[in-house]
Amino acid sequence: MATASAAHHDTAHDHHDHEHHDNFITKYIFSQDHKMIGKQFLVTGIFWALIGGFLSVLFRLQLGFPDLSLEFLRPLLGGWIDETGKLDPTFYLALVTMHGTIMVFFVLTAGLSGTFSNFLIPLQIGARDMASGFMNMLSYWFFFISGVIMFISLFIKTGPAGGGWVIYPPLSALEQAIPGSGLGMTLWLVAMVFFIASSLMGGINYITTIINLRTKGMSFSRLPLTIWAFFLTAVIGLLSFPVLFGAALLLVFDRSFGTSFYLSDIYIAGEALPNTGGSPVLFQHLFWFLGHPEVYIVLLPALGITSEVIATNSRKPIFGYKAMIISMLGITILSFIVWAHHMFVSGMNPFLGSIFMFLTLIIAVPSAVKVFNYLTTLWRGNLVFTPAMLFSIGLVSFFISGGLTGIFLGNSAIDIQLHDTYFVVAHFHLVMGSASFFGMVAGVYHWFPKMFGRMMDAKLGYVHFWLTFIGVYLVFFPMHYIGIAGFPRRYYNWTNFAFTDMYTDLNMFVSAAAIITFASQFIFLFNFFYSMFRGRKATQNPWRSNTLEWTTPVEPGHGNWPGEIPTVYRWPYDYSKPGAADDFIPQTVPLSQTPESNLPHEQEMVKLELEIMKEEAEVLVANESKH
Amino acid sequence: MYGFLIGVGVLLVLSIVWMVYRIQTLVSVVKGSDKKIASGSNKVNAILFVLFLLASGALMFWYSIKEFDNYQLPIASEHGVVTDSLFWITMAVTGVVFLITHVLLFVFPYKYQYKEDRKATFYPDNNKLEVVWTAVPAVVLAGLVISGWMAWSDITAPAPENAHVVEIMGYQFAWEIRYPGKDNVLGDYDYRLITASNSHGVDFTDKNALDDFPSPRVVIPKGEPVLFKIRARDVLHSVFAPHMRLKMDAVPGMPTRFWFVPTKTTEEMRAELNDPEFEYEIACTEICGRGHFGMKKVIEVVEPEAYQKWYAEQKTFIQQNPALAEGLSADVKELAEIQLRESKK
Repeated sequence: MATASAAHHDTAHDHHDHEHHDNFITKYIFSQDHKMIGKQFLVTGIFWALIGGFLSVLFRLQLGFPDLSLEFLRPLLGGWIDETGKLDPTFYLALVTMHGTIMVFFVLTAGLSGTFSNFLIPLQIGARDMASGFMNMLSYWFFFISGVIMFISLFIKTGPAGGGWVIYPPLSALEQAIPGSGLGMTLWLVAMVFFIASSLMGGINYITTIINLRTKGMSFSRLPLTIWAFFLTAVIGLLSFPVLFGAALLLVFDRSFGTSFYLSDIYIAGEALPNTGGSPVLFQHLFWFLGHPEVYIVLLPALGITSEVIATNSRKPIFGYKAMIISMLGITILSFIVWAHHMFVSGMNPFLGSIFMFLTLIIAVPSAVKVFNYLTTLWRGNLVFTPAMLFSIGLVSFFISGGLTGIFLGNSAIDIQLHDTYFVVAHFHLVMGSASFFGMVAGVYHWFPKMFGRMMDAKLGYVHFWLTFIGVYLVFFPMHYIGIAGFPRRYYNWTNFAFTDMYTDLNMFVSAAAIITFASQFIFLFNFFYSMFRGRKATQNPWRSNTLEWTTPVEPGHGNWPGEIPTVYRWPYDYSKPGAADDFIPQTVPLSQTPESNLPHEQEMVKLELEIMKEEAEVLVANESKH
Repeated sequence: MYGFLIGVGVLLVLSIVWMVYRIQTLVSVVKGSDKKIASGSNKVNAILFVLFLLASGALMFWYSIKEFDNYQLPIASEHGVVTDSLFWITMAVTGVVFLITHVLLFVFPYKYQYKEDRKATFYPDNNKLEVVWTAVPAVVLAGLVISGWMAWSDITAPAPENAHVVEIMGYQFAWEIRYPGKDNVLGDYDYRLITASNSHGVDFTDKNALDDFPSPRVVIPKGEPVLFKIRARDVLHSVFAPHMRLKMDAVPGMPTRFWFVPTKTTEEMRAELNDPEFEYEIACTEICGRGHFGMKKVIEVVEPEAYQKWYAEQKTFIQQNPALAEGLSADVKELAEIQLRESKK
């Protein structure tokens, strides 16, 4: 039994109690403290979110207002605005590519997982820090270097990578095909290598920390769902990112060393290339072997955060704790065997398409279970609408809307028409883009008091939520119509075709909504930075939550708990338990102290618990006498 | 000057927002509402959820109905009828789920908003419910998958023997069309043979290639199976004929195919839509570079008789450019010359 084995108390952590005296560099820059590293990931993620969002505003200007003169952007974009004041079509593709890359990898992978896995894992499982603080620091700095390289690529003469975030060769392999596939693509690949290294180091750390450093009593069946989500996310990342690395490496060989992994029978720029025998479809298989799990790498942490926030603010246990874990396990496993649903019309064997259609639609089942469980958690709750709660409800809404359109796209027969149209754009921006983004924002609102010891302003949070929630729907819902009408993705404009020469009004509307939604993020930015220094002082447990992080001091120092690490006696969702005086019972409250609210099976565990506590007290006394 | 005025305006708005923000913070501190678990905002948010549900629901229904004819492209192929009916069946199923879950999601916040004197119901699990809502979606999805799979198998089955073959080759940034000619067999090609005058890289030493002919547009007969043989010569492209519900990537080094039966001639579609300008179009749906958004090709669907007539009238590559026959081996050259003589008659 986990509680029994954990009873062997170790004193190795005691030296953490002594106050650390950090200088500026070790505290804020090369910090090995998981909380500071989490905050570094967060601030960097916010920076990238602004860049990524801004790029999308640029190309939405082109799509919504094709006749608008963009002359006023010349100071920023220089030669990418041509003589007539129009955006250069190649640069348009680069914008789309960089928007995707930045948002998927830098914001929703590093900014979300990096922030909350680092910040919450030790705090919620009751550990002093990550298993390896040094590797954790390296993980951030590799991410930072990756970001610097990617940022530089935005400013080079031939422009950043422009072959779409999926970088399908031959387009991404041949400089003759698009200028962005020159130096821009090289920098993209180098940046991704650093990024992959970063996320692997992070992932290994998360996994080892969760397995090895849980406090006494914190069995896997008592872990908050956030931790389960981070754990499974890290496992997915660990298994899939190396494949992307492999795919990228072969692409580097094709680009620079004349190999033919992905290239075959190409005549370009008046020249027949010597490459034969390669297969562009091979790259797609390798890419999506990461690419699809990646969707869950960004989504699962958001779902974990939401589970925690919704339970806390419904003042109710999350409904179906075990079912939630099983669904997440199911999603984790299935996420590896659905990748080819991105490739139904890639020319691969249609029989493979059939197999992947079956597997893909299976993954909808655990997702549906999660939605129903969220709804039942809200049912007969006592809902407190903190900004985090609003964003979590928003996430569930996006998860439903975007998830349901996945059922269309996962059906290969229907996908023939919808593939690479705006229907797909609407689908994934809702289900993985906006949902994960909302999870991230919910997490920031919820754990801000723990991060900075101050509260964010709730009213500004409400305004931010409603503007963003409505804004996101106004941006992405109309794209379904545009997609059903057959508008292809990554088009600079739609006037060349009769079947797409319409909906200029709807595209203008979408662009306007996108600009307003982007602008309203500055409310959040203001709230974030202002509250960091001037927000109201937080109390120790402002949301009256059960999880361990709220038992630390308001601003936890190095080592998180000044004294002993607390022991855990119950699961994290004892909210509104019948018989209990308060509507929450923190995980650190022993069952023996709450006979009035214990369920029958818990009452049986009380005896065992008392035995363990007695044993522990003996160990403690023995340790004391050693000093 | 305008810039200056806009700047001042923005500054003014920001300072007003700032003051409102400070005042409401101070008021909330004075009223002590920051100490309460749920302030008056809780109720406002709860009501806003219901309002959002009603307003966005109304907007969605109104727009979906009003715009139906705009976003629902007319169907012009046999399998398109099948995939579209699958699409709308899925829409009905998911639509119901969408509505029910969203009504619950936005009504619960209103109904169960925080009240100090109430306690939430401790309801941690119910295995029966979990089983039900695992099994029901599984069954429904199985139905959708199986119907989708049957359609997919039919669509991707090998083309009938008598299918009319058209080769579509994508390159930056256009499509080129090749027909197999009288023998209905496309001649070999090799990308190394591509020159300015032989953009397809057709290998004219192959006798089957001699009667192949190019065409500026895709002409196909109504009601008969048509097989698109698709390839690319530089980067990935994707043939997308929206009215035919047809899409298939063009891959350099790996020919792909898609067969279908067109059901309406261009003329019929023009009459139906009351649009004399209407043309079936092919667009590219795989990012391929700067001109990705302009790779247009017109498909002309005609009656079978008109198709036969048109087909017989076309001039082969060699008839159009006799120089292509130069340097061929004697027997092949002879065939080519017979062709050339015929065309001069």
